[in-house]
Amino acid sequence: MTHRTDIRFLLNGKDTSLGAVGADQTLLDFLRIERRLTGTKEGCAEGDCGACTVLVGHLSDAGLVYTPVNACIRFLASVDGCHVVTIEHLSGPEGRLHPVQQAMVDHHGSQCGFCTPGFVMSLYALWMEVPEPTEAQVESALQGNLCRCTGYDPIIKAAVAVSRYGSPAADYLNTERSAITGRLQALRSGQRVVSGPPDNLSILPTDVDDLADCLLEYPGATIVAGATDVGLWVTKFLRNIGPAIFTGHLNDLKTVEAKDGALLMGAGASYTDCQQSLSEHLPHLSSYWDRIAGWQVRNMGTVGGNIANGSPIGDTPPVLIALGAEITLRRGTDRRVLLLEDFFIDYGKQDRVAGEFVESVRVPLPGANDLNAVYKISKRRDEDISSVAVGINVTVTDGTITGCRIAFGGMAATPKRASAAERALIGHSWSEASFENAADALPTDFKPLSDWRASSEYRMLSAQNLLRRFYLEHDAETTAPIQLASA
Amino acid sequence: MKDNVSITGSAHTDRIHDSAIKHVTGQADYTDDIAQPEGTLHAYLGVSNVAHATLNGLDLTDVLAAPGVIGVLTAEDIPGVNDISPTGLNDEPVFPTETIQFYGQPLFAVIAETRDAARRAAELAKVDCEVLPHALDPIAAQEAGYPNVTAPLKLERGEIDPAFAAAQNRIQGRMAIGGQDHMYLEGHIAFAIPGEDDEVVVHCSTQHPSEAQHMVAHVLGVPSNAVVVNVRRMGGGFGGKESQMNLFCAVAAIAAKKWKRAVKIRPDRDQDMTATGKRHDFVVDYDVAFDDAGRIEAVDGIFAARCGFSSDLSGPVTDRALFHADNAYFYPNVRLTSRPMKTNTVSNTAFRGFGGPQGVIVAERMIEEIAFATGQDPLDVRKANFYGGAGRDVTPYHQQVDDNILERLVGELEETAEYRKRRQDIIAFNAASPVLKKGIALTPVKFGISFTATWYNQAGALVHVYNDGSIHLNHGGTEMGQGLNTKIAQIVAEAFQVDFERIKITKTTTEKVPNTSATAASSGTDLNGMAALNAVEQIKERLVAFAAEKWAVTPQAVTFHPNEVHVGEHVMTFNAFVKEAYMARVQLSAAGFYKTPKIHWDRSKGQGRPFYYFAYGAACSEVTIDTLTGEYRVEGTDILHDVGRSLNPALDKGQVEGAFIQGMGWLTTEELWWDDAGQLRTHAPSTYKIPLASDRPRIFNVKLADWSENRELTIKRSKAVGEPPFMLGISVFEALSMAVASVADYRICPRLDAPATPERVLMAVTRMKAEA
Repeated sequence: MTHRTDIRFLLNGKDTSLGAVGADQTLLDFLRIERRLTGTKEGCAEGDCGACTVLVGHLSDAGLVYTPVNACIRFLASVDGCHVVTIEHLSGPEGRLHPVQQAMVDHHGSQCGFCTPGFVMSLYALWMEVPEPTEAQVESALQGNLCRCTGYDPIIKAAVAVSRYGSPAADYLNTERSAITGRLQALRSGQRVVSGPPDNLSILPTDVDDLADCLLEYPGATIVAGATDVGLWVTKFLRNIGPAIFTGHLNDLKTVEAKDGALLMGAGASYTDCQQSLSEHLPHLSSYWDRIAGWQVRNMGTVGGNIANGSPIGDTPPVLIALGAEITLRRGTDRRVLLLEDFFIDYGKQDRVAGEFVESVRVPLPGANDLNAVYKISKRRDEDISSVAVGINVTVTDGTITGCRIAFGGMAATPKRASAAERALIGHSWSEASFENAADALPTDFKPLSDWRASSEYRMLSAQNLLRRFYLEHDAETTAPIQLASA
Repeated sequence: MKDNVSITGSAHTDRIHDSAIKHVTGQADYTDDIAQPEGTLHAYLGVSNVAHATLNGLDLTDVLAAPGVIGVLTAEDIPGVNDISPTGLNDEPVFPTETIQFYGQPLFAVIAETRDAARRAAELAKVDCEVLPHALDPIAAQEAGYPNVTAPLKLERGEIDPAFAAAQNRIQGRMAIGGQDHMYLEGHIAFAIPGEDDEVVVHCSTQHPSEAQHMVAHVLGVPSNAVVVNVRRMGGGFGGKESQMNLFCAVAAIAAKKWKRAVKIRPDRDQDMTATGKRHDFVVDYDVAFDDAGRIEAVDGIFAARCGFSSDLSGPVTDRALFHADNAYFYPNVRLTSRPMKTNTVSNTAFRGFGGPQGVIVAERMIEEIAFATGQDPLDVRKANFYGGAGRDVTPYHQQVDDNILERLVGELEETAEYRKRRQDIIAFNAASPVLKKGIALTPVKFGISFTATWYNQAGALVHVYNDGSIHLNHGGTEMGQGLNTKIAQIVAEAFQVDFERIKITKTTTEKVPNTSATAASSGTDLNGMAALNAVEQIKERLVAFAAEKWAVTPQAVTFHPNEVHVGEHVMTFNAFVKEAYMARVQLSAAGFYKTPKIHWDRSKGQGRPFYYFAYGAACSEVTIDTLTGEYRVEGTDILHDVGRSLNPALDKGQVEGAFIQGMGWLTTEELWWDDAGQLRTHAPSTYKIPLASDRPRIFNVKLADWSENRELTIKRSKAVGEPPFMLGISVFEALSMAVASVADYRICPRLDAPATPERVLMAVTRMKAEA
């Protein structure tokens, strides 16, 4: 089989083909250094500040979809077949400002201006999706954009007002939608892409089966899905990731569907891809999901990546373990199914052999007698890594707790169930006393560490209190407010 | 055409930032966006990974052998003096030669064909050193017998010993106040282009081009006239680019001269945050005496600061903490002492407020202590202690406060924010809510305006009127987002009565205005606006003299109207008039100058008038805390702030809002955390959390006190705005404290340390429950 060796994409209005793209080349460096498109800024090179926000349009099963992403940790090879839109592409023909830009100017939305192109791009994406957003929707769209000057108020006011300046229907990306779709389709060759120097290969499989083949061929390769962690291996730790196998373009790895009492999520589905189904089938996860990173990272990062990465502070494992989730691991054509909690062996060690990859996640939907909650505690409410995260699933039958799964993140070297606390609850009455016993049992389950996010004492105390909160929140006798209103 | 027509962009009107359109289109160029000459090289710093050690030597063999590397720079390659201490104490080497003084200290630089190559090579050095014990914070440093980095200050007035002896009540306490990273979105960067002979041009992101110029000359061993420093704009500064740019300018300039190629240096965010200074952390021991009504009788305060390994600006920063330890309150008897401690951490530096916020928050802590002890509403204690009236109008540094407008300002905010009613409602809410608790606080700020280094209070400007009537404006201030250029162009437009668009705003450069002061201390507009106005007045004076003579009228008959000039009955467009003046050989260019009057300061006596005037403000914030987790939300903030007669209310409001949020961040989620080895572990936005859009108050009402005007003859009676509103964030901290205090029925002061992270809030709640 012949492989394609060039990376092809649309950059603003231009068809672009790059002969050899190494695995670790970032989109941001390409834009700024090679193409001198300097409107896109580097603020942190770790996907946390949003100064490098660009839009990437890709052909999904539902057609052409544009999402804001962080160019700093987006690998260049992964935009193959995509439309990359930068700030330079926004203004109209005679330099006329785009509605988002004009709203920002009129509301004094910039001071030093360095973060501004990134804000404009995020707001552009929001306006196309939600032309008349609420303040809460704007805040959610801006979780991944930091501004140190304005205090945000003028930016929010601008965002809410954009639709007064123009309608998304008249925007270039909408009027040109079918033409761009055609151009992107024309870039596809149906071939595997293998690009870059031999010691730093970028590999883009054609589909999931080809991914399985690629991994047999390159068992030591780095699998790169959303790059929201692997990106930092390169930008912060200067690690060599080649050969890298990119999976972000594989639509057949992104399927999300409810089936047979469970939600099935392809490992390549981004957090954003999952949101709609979650709000229908697992509504208790919905607002938690909105607190995973910022919008740009949610558009890139995947559930499969969050699991396979094995971090003790990943947002999804504790809440999925509490629901009894299973994962399917695949190597070649061999598949095995594993309870998610059994995947995590130790810090940095997961039950995955060379050549194997996480293919899908199956989350059983809770039963009618199940009480569910998920909590995340972090120093800053949004776009922060958790100090403590927990998923709690309790089955109550006639006033007795008959089933219980509690899993914590941030409390041990891996995401882990609180077995002693569970034992303190199962078979006992639904009562404050039972939950006090569970809280008392937590120190048996965990010896959390102290670091810059939280001290050991705080982790333990707040974890215990989250069990108490769960009780209060679900107890019929609670009348006073328990939880801070969400943003 | 006439007088009912006005110019665009006149003073006291809202005007968009002059670069706003370039900001939103990505066309505003920052230093990293400037097109590079062919052959540009890139530098990167190699840093230490121990906090304190004897440095025996560097083995850079592997660094030099790495791909793309052109060479390395070490202390030995510095042709001039290996020192970049901004106050001339000679205690801050570019690269150390004997002792490593903090974790992350730059030891050498690699020069390579690409930034990536330089960055990778910088990791390959082998450092031969003997590790020494280290002290990271001011308490550990005092215990280890570390010295002060600079001479401490003492402010004294009255007799504190008899006052304490006779006092009805006395409280002693300690407060730890965290530092803060600037987290400007554009990190440090310098880009040097070598010239002929000893010349070099450096483009960089600095608030203090003149200092950068002098430092580059100092390390190169050349006179200042060989060095040009240019700054078009910064992507944020906040004090972090006042002295911290010196290192990068020095490295880029030395390398550019050595290899005769352009050299750029841009650290990544982690190196930017570990290798450059921040706001000073303080540990303050306070002792306050007060009567049963809550009126303060005596204050004794000792302010120990984490200064880092060198003095940098720690002298004036710790001085300013003492200058603001009274905030808005009269202390009949007072003694305030600074302890600028040396520590094995990066050398701390200027940050918006410059020590002032750390002083103000201690004053507010003492107010709080008194309120809890006497069972009063803290606002009543605040009001009872305001400066005002004979006998209660002298600060600890012996400057008289005679313009006090706080009573009116606080009174208005108290009404519009419905403070009293809300406080009652909150107390009722808390009584019925076991988990969620609310708090509210209304806090004032009084902030002294002027550099306490009196000689810094001078500025220059250069104005050219070209013979087509277009105007070129240059001044010594730098643009970092605050809208300084916009405001000064408004001043010039108004003075000439021409449209704003006629004025070309240009980069700040040491070539045009020499010996400038840092754009700092909120002084940018006050100083440079006056200097620009002075230049315009010189030109206008010449124009008037010319016109009076040519058209034989009195000087009073020559008047400037929107875009035209009237000479008696004769009406000309501004352009035509300028052309006439040019043809008559009138000089159409002037250098303006300004120095602040009235100020003087004798540091050895601790007496004088260091400040030309005070700026005031007040904020009322309401919060809700979750007593199970310590998480919280700011429900609402109302602000009334004094900027005198605002030159541009839209931009001033932007400063007030941004400063408030930044101040709130300092006291809530922004936490600097060092591990036991002395490594700063919160060194990027992934670990260091500044406020997001969703953190701002749910209801946010910000107003300027439109009735205020500066009693001093400042530029158009305006007041400085950069720093004072930063301290309005303290209202959030005090509101959190009230919410915590509610769990013990408001009888005990929670003594929250800053920042009040969710962890600190929960731990304080737990402590209060135990004490209740």
